[in-house]
Amino acid sequence: MPVSVANSQAVYDAMKGVGVTLVSALPETWLVHLIRMADEDPAMTLVRLAKEEEGVGVSAGAHFAGVRSAMLLQNHGFLQAINGIVGVSLLYKIPLLMLITDRGSFGEKDPWQTEGGKYTRPVLDALHIAHDDLSRPDEVQPKIAHAMTLAQSSLSPVALLLQRDLMWEEPK
Amino acid sequence: MKRLDCLKAIYPQLKDCAVVTIMGAVAAELYSLGHRANFFYLEHAMGLASSIGLGIALSQPNRKVVVIDGDGSVLMNLGGLTTMARSRPNNLVHLIFDNETLLSVGGGAPGGYKWFTTATSSGTDLAGIAKAAGFPRAQLVRKLEDFEEAALDAIRGDQLSCIVAKVEAEMPKSFLMDVHMLENRFEFPRAIKGRSE
Repeated sequence: MPVSVANSQAVYDAMKGVGVTLVSALPETWLVHLIRMADEDPAMTLVRLAKEEEGVGVSAGAHFAGVRSAMLLQNHGFLQAINGIVGVSLLYKIPLLMLITDRGSFGEKDPWQTEGGKYTRPVLDALHIAHDDLSRPDEVQPKIAHAMTLAQSSLSPVALLLQRDLMWEEPK
Repeated sequence: MKRLDCLKAIYPQLKDCAVVTIMGAVAAELYSLGHRANFFYLEHAMGLASSIGLGIALSQPNRKVVVIDGDGSVLMNLGGLTTMARSRPNNLVHLIFDNETLLSVGGGAPGGYKWFTTATSSGTDLAGIAKAAGFPRAQLVRKLEDFEEAALDAIRGDQLSCIVAKVEAEMPKSFLMDVHMLENRFEFPRAIKGRSE
């Protein structure tokens, strides 16, 4: 599968580097290696969700209990989780690090991914959620560290949008 | 069976637990018995009290976590029961007050007239769903003494438990809570840091 193992590892290592010990997730093609890495790591708690909104609650609970967490999700997972983000993270001022695989942009071959991608940034902006793209391996570590710092200092959700250039390697 | 009597029966045992409640009547009645800093009242995001409890339970495995939920909220996050069951923390107790009505969001009217009932009023069995989702213990109780025995046993025990209590759809005497949401949000993590860890 042409999902980048090396760049997935870089994202995973950067999450660990900022103290994340609990990850909640639903699968997505670009997330397969990240979820596997969390599953195989005895120092990481992986919560397999039935629906993304639950992850907002799980992360809030982890924060209350003094544990840093992250959510792994896709555009539609983010859209699904909006009520939880508004009713828990924003209302109660709780840090939340979301790593969103950003499907549906230039290069997208799957027709069913093309709609959700269009609304992810406008919805993030409408909610005043700080976000940035992760496109290159060299920016993974600093941007994840900066995102976590802002989430903790602002007590807010933040989002990193994992881009095709980072996550996908076309078969040669 | 009245919700308030159930809460009174377990109140002393909640002292060292992390307690997460839903909004509305449950929060107001627990508060009326005496607010404690280790009680967190989720005033919105129906369905996510159990997910918050799960996050705490997985993060502090040595602390007992008690989620006090309602049928309307649980029905909004049935998938969450499966997530709890597969994660299966042995320090998590899920109490569900089932009044068969969306009482606190305007689904109940004075005089006992139920105008927005939930599916539990027509036979949906939340304890059965929890059991089928994989909860090692799930029990339906209808009498106060049965609730007290089951809930206290679950709180003292060491397995993921779900106790569903059929209660009257009765408004609390007052919805007044003199603790601001954000005050509660900041005191709660402080209260569950350090103690019983």
